[in-house]
Amino acid sequence: MQAIDFVAPTSVDEAISALAAGSGMARPLSGGTDLIAQLQEGRLALDTVVDLKRIPELMAISINSDGLTLGASVSCHSINNSQAIRDAYPALIDSTHLIGGTQIQGRASLGGNLCNSSPAADSIPNLIAHSVTCHIAGPSGRRTVPVEEFCTAPGRNVLENGEFLVALEFPAPPANFGAAYLRFIPRNEMDIAVVGAGASVVLSDDGSTIQSARVSIGAVAPTPLFVQEAGDALAGQPVSEETLAKAADLARDAARPISDMRGTIPQRKHLSGVLTQRALRIAIDRARGTKTVDELGRLNGHG
Amino acid sequence: MDMAKKIAVTTTLNGEESIFLCEPRQTLLEALRDNLGLIGSKEGCGNGNCGACNVLLDGVLVNSCLVLAPEVEGRDVVTIEGIAEDGELHPLQQKFLEHASLQCGICTPGFIVSAKALLDDNPAPSEHDVRLWLAGNLCRCTGYDKIVRAVLDVAEGDS
Repeated sequence: MQAIDFVAPTSVDEAISALAAGSGMARPLSGGTDLIAQLQEGRLALDTVVDLKRIPELMAISINSDGLTLGASVSCHSINNSQAIRDAYPALIDSTHLIGGTQIQGRASLGGNLCNSSPAADSIPNLIAHSVTCHIAGPSGRRTVPVEEFCTAPGRNVLENGEFLVALEFPAPPANFGAAYLRFIPRNEMDIAVVGAGASVVLSDDGSTIQSARVSIGAVAPTPLFVQEAGDALAGQPVSEETLAKAADLARDAARPISDMRGTIPQRKHLSGVLTQRALRIAIDRARGTKTVDELGRLNGHG
Repeated sequence: MDMAKKIAVTTTLNGEESIFLCEPRQTLLEALRDNLGLIGSKEGCGNGNCGACNVLLDGVLVNSCLVLAPEVEGRDVVTIEGIAEDGELHPLQQKFLEHASLQCGICTPGFIVSAKALLDDNPAPSEHDVRLWLAGNLCRCTGYDKIVRAVLDVAEGDS
């Protein structure tokens, strides 16, 4: 087993230097629930671990009138316990309550879930539904990437060597905004999504018309998919089962899954439509304020 | 194994300041068991699936097999060895005995640490709350029901 170095920088600039030092085999560490497991199983070659959790920017939860800036290393546990996030972005909790069990949530971060770039990641369709922007730092400076463009292949993403994710920026939720994330698993909890669906809507003031919508599905392609055509088809339409069914059809058409131990192609295509429609219904209920998050939480088994 | 330069880590361990040496790639679980002789935390899987190594890190439940030992510098760690106080079993430990909530015992330390974290967070959980919270702790003797009953017994005793 190869020896490694461990460093815990306290600023973004120090982290950039630490990641650039050595032979290009340094890796950033947040919660470690993917990284340390991969390291222990010998699936990851690295020579330096750069712990990002001592950097204030990576651990900050900052909410103001512009929205939420969430440090990339903030744990699901901290998110679940942030009343400010629960109030402003209640649908985010759909994902942070689902990623692993209690002790995984104690460490796992949304930044890590995104950077691990699993096609089945439970947070990514939700982040796409929330129109998140990724803030990246690296040796050539800072840049931003829309979250739907972040993942490029299973386990791969737009981060260049030496770059790391600093924060996720959520726009302020517009009036009459609602979102939801649902996944299908054959167990009650503690499993990897067969299919996941994230959706968000902005409704008219009277709640009868969809002004805009975003739909994203997971575990049905090499990366989480942003199904822009499904959201576009909803814009300007009345809230009705027919409208939602049309968006569900578009999500089903967009899905290009594989068959594996978790599900078959036909099952995953079917689920893409069903979960999209259900997630949209919940997003609409939340936008109208007719269902509480706690009530809806039970849908995902964490009531 | 290459000889790595060891790191000195200062932490609060079960309420007392502790300094230990570790290799940078050692997990907290390995440091607890191999360097500090605290063998109550068990390695069931070593990859975060079973919960047998659970500890509290700054009061938050984590798998110690998924924490690198140097990460705990300056932080507060509570292991199963820190659950009993003043030589008295914690009520959870007592109720696990009364309900016979263990068979082989390998998963037990993790269950007790997890259950303590639950009751610290929610002193009056429902059965559903208990089962969901403990979903990340695996018992291969399949004694879940007695474990859940013991935790609920403590919770009811509190409320």
